[in-house]
Amino acid sequence: MTLRTSITGLAAGSLLLAGCASLPSSSELDRIAAQSIQGSFRDQGIAKVDRIKQDLAQAACSSDKAPDEATVERIQAEARATIKWPANGWYLGDFREGERIAQSGRGMTWTDASTATSANGGNCYNCHQISKQEISHGTIGPSLYNYGRNRGITGLDGPTVQPIFEYTWMKLWNPRATNACSQMPRLGHMGVLDENQIRHLMALLLDPRSPVNQP
Amino acid sequence: MSHPIPALLLAAALAAGSVHAQTPAPAAAGAAKTDPLAEYRRLLEEGNPAELFEARGERLWTQKRGPRSASLERCDLGQGPGVVKGAFVTLPRWFEDAGKVMDLEARLVWCMEKLQGFDGAEIAKQPFDRGEMANVVALATWVAAMSRGMRFDLPQKHPQEKLMYEVGKRAFFFRGGTHDFSCASCHGVAGQRIRMQDLPLLTTNPGDGVGFAAWPAYRVSAGQMWGMQWRLNDCFRQQRFPYPGFASDVTVALSTYMGVNAKGAMSIAPAVKR
Repeated sequence: MTLRTSITGLAAGSLLLAGCASLPSSSELDRIAAQSIQGSFRDQGIAKVDRIKQDLAQAACSSDKAPDEATVERIQAEARATIKWPANGWYLGDFREGERIAQSGRGMTWTDASTATSANGGNCYNCHQISKQEISHGTIGPSLYNYGRNRGITGLDGPTVQPIFEYTWMKLWNPRATNACSQMPRLGHMGVLDENQIRHLMALLLDPRSPVNQP
Repeated sequence: MSHPIPALLLAAALAAGSVHAQTPAPAAAGAAKTDPLAEYRRLLEEGNPAELFEARGERLWTQKRGPRSASLERCDLGQGPGVVKGAFVTLPRWFEDAGKVMDLEARLVWCMEKLQGFDGAEIAKQPFDRGEMANVVALATWVAAMSRGMRFDLPQKHPQEKLMYEVGKRAFFFRGGTHDFSCASCHGVAGQRIRMQDLPLLTTNPGDGVGFAAWPAYRVSAGQMWGMQWRLNDCFRQQRFPYPGFASDVTVALSTYMGVNAKGAMSIAPAVKR
């Protein structure tokens, strides 16, 4: 073997398959694939191999088929339990800071020096339209333009805003709380952004003065 | 060898591209939005620096090199010893002599070891733009260019080729890292973008010269020539995954998955990219 490509799983597979034209069962293929994946990566800088030890949700959402109803319920319930609510019920920071964080796609790769939240962006514009001014936005997630305005947010507190603040906080902290296989990163839960940074993103989306909520 | 014209052309094209990017896009998603990028690519193709790597790759193929002072002219890329044309659009494939499924770059390193006496494991450790690894990228660029205009048709007869496809499919949907990303996060739905960048759907044939059929490619933003191994390596970096080994199972399996899915797509490699 000249390259480090032979993994016992595949080697075993080749023996198993010798003289046999059909593939192993789907669950056996799952096992071989898992072994191949785990054996293909190594630590580099801050990106260690523990990042590919999947949790329940990552494993359950790793195919083109949705998990069963019971698993969905379990993932969402576990995710809800992870939400760390903002201290003193203080939900909104500075929308200008929020815009800066939303613009930044930096952080957490093996070429980044540190996992400190201060080094990280939210990657938001990569997938979402947010303010109308920024036309270079992705389309993987829904448009968030007029996010607060569309939900009738005209002030910074009061009973009408509270449920929307809570829902949005949940989405930013751990979107699996409402959508088990959400494509969105769990920014708060995975330590990509801290409480204050999420407050700033909240303000970007919900502060009536934010560019997001201008007509 | 290096002359200033492509560089100047590129600078002009780059400027044109950034001007276009500032133009307000129409609200509706669709072809109109991608016009500036298409124009930018058209400009770039008039002076694709990949040609320089192609020329170097061709020289490296015939040059006597390595501890055994041998050329690669007897290297079998799957079509018989020394046959280069058409090889690219059938890789990765099973190689009986190596006892494994290999992609183009893995096979080139294998030939460099067996024919020229290089240490393949040492090459595999090198960064993509250094030493013998940079030569592998140049060789891959030339080999790909020799199949330009041909259509992908990877063999799927050998059980190991089928197995690699199935492993690749599972790797494609495998979510992990700090951001829960998988290949499918960006390439599992048609017609989506990251920022202004169009994302090909790779679970099916994305069309001629798109996705798997466009690499190796010259990356203008980086000023680098990337083979598929480097392309996948940087995908995993951006997925916040740990580091994939060169020609590791995951990378060969993913190329098998994308290559088989791209059956019938015309190769335009080496392409030029943002």
